[in-house]
Amino acid sequence: MRRVAITGMGAICALGRNVSEFEAALRCGRSGIGPLESTDCSQLRFQNGAEVRGYSHTPYFDDRRADFIDRFAQFAVIAAREAVACAGVEWTPARRESAVIITGSCVGGQSTEDIGFQEVYKLGHNRVHPLTIPKTMANAGASHISMEFGITGPSFTISTACSSAAHAIGQAFWMVRTGMTDLALTGGSEAPFSFGILKAWEAMRVVSPDTCRPFSKDRRGMILGEGAAMFVLEPLEAAQARGARIHAELVGFGMSADACHITQPSAEGAARAMRGALRDAGLSPEQIGYINAHGTATPANDISETAAIRQVFGIHADRLAVSSTKSMHGHALGAAAALECLGATLALRDGFLPPTANFTEPDPECDLDVVPNHARHAEVEYALSNSFAFGGLNAVLALRKVG
Amino acid sequence: MSEQLTERVLKVIAASKRIPLEQVTIDSEFQQLGIDSMDAVEILFALENEFDISIPDEDVRNVRNVRQMAEGIEKLVAAKAAQPADAAASQ
Repeated sequence: MRRVAITGMGAICALGRNVSEFEAALRCGRSGIGPLESTDCSQLRFQNGAEVRGYSHTPYFDDRRADFIDRFAQFAVIAAREAVACAGVEWTPARRESAVIITGSCVGGQSTEDIGFQEVYKLGHNRVHPLTIPKTMANAGASHISMEFGITGPSFTISTACSSAAHAIGQAFWMVRTGMTDLALTGGSEAPFSFGILKAWEAMRVVSPDTCRPFSKDRRGMILGEGAAMFVLEPLEAAQARGARIHAELVGFGMSADACHITQPSAEGAARAMRGALRDAGLSPEQIGYINAHGTATPANDISETAAIRQVFGIHADRLAVSSTKSMHGHALGAAAALECLGATLALRDGFLPPTANFTEPDPECDLDVVPNHARHAEVEYALSNSFAFGGLNAVLALRKVG
Repeated sequence: MSEQLTERVLKVIAASKRIPLEQVTIDSEFQQLGIDSMDAVEILFALENEFDISIPDEDVRNVRNVRQMAEGIEKLVAAKAAQPADAAASQ
């Protein structure tokens, strides 16, 4: 089996329009959470989100092309462009034909769907825009990436709620590792800010009225986010041979299902996914130095995730750092795991631990080193990125520092 | 607490959780009734519809039994009745 390198990375989210802006925010613990601009929140119990502020398609897509692409898929293409440029991919006909695209998305083109449904249900019109279906479908991100680069190999989208991008990246990792492809473009994208879906989140009573404070005693729930992160994966040897910069190595992927409850997390399920990732990577728990936590800041997740980490790591849980970058980029659902895998990759590459921002007070039930508020210098060799979705579908990625 | 209000709360809980009304009493704990957090959120949704009120997240954070829930509803219903008619209409 081949080793797998991350040679390209791209991102757009509340923290910035590219990877270097994203990293600068992580390093100074700057949160991108604030009052939502793109949606009228006057009829909502919460007003804040982690939005790509002032976003317009204009610098990225001409008007006619943008007509065909929902915001969530625009984000996918923008991040993919940066990742491909970062990797310095040279497109040959053979490479285009064998490259793989696997994206994650939870809700697809929600704002497009919302507009269409308003037409018929609210405004009483008898027709919906003909591009509603192709803009709404969750695979639109993968499709537009394929068209952007002329990639004609296996391309698909995985939808497992908050784990979508981790399942996508893990699958792409395994396809490169086993020799099914020599190049994969993978990650996740999401743009969940439409009134209808925000109302649905409000009804679940899991969204914080102020900000996202993972592992903090006074946490009051999650904050929704949007954006995308994409990666180029290649066999490590091939990447080294062509002199590509290797940002980190993907070394393990673990999955599990809680088989328990549609929304309540299970520590056992989360622990099995972490153990699976360690086993897949051939690592012992003591080798892990940092975990980018799922860390949603709901009362239930953070306690359950702490318990799961203690189950897997035992006393080593007191020696590793665990942080939730959702405190800064929000919970971007199908893009969350991609943004977090990016956070973990940058942490390994550049020798720092991203903080858990907005932290105010320790919770005895979340008694881990959560890197409160300030990034920390640390050379870590191995990291995990945790994703535990609604529906109990869990995915964990393991990464290794290179060089 | 008015008996009529209590009765309506019990009915909403039984219907939402799909358990016999006899099982639900003002002294029932959610745990006894097998009501987990998602069930509770569904019951709150049904109560908001039943009483035409909005139940803030903060008010439900520590509610663990039927009595606490009924008392909370009673307060919100009273607050709604005390509002001027035009304010209520714009809610």
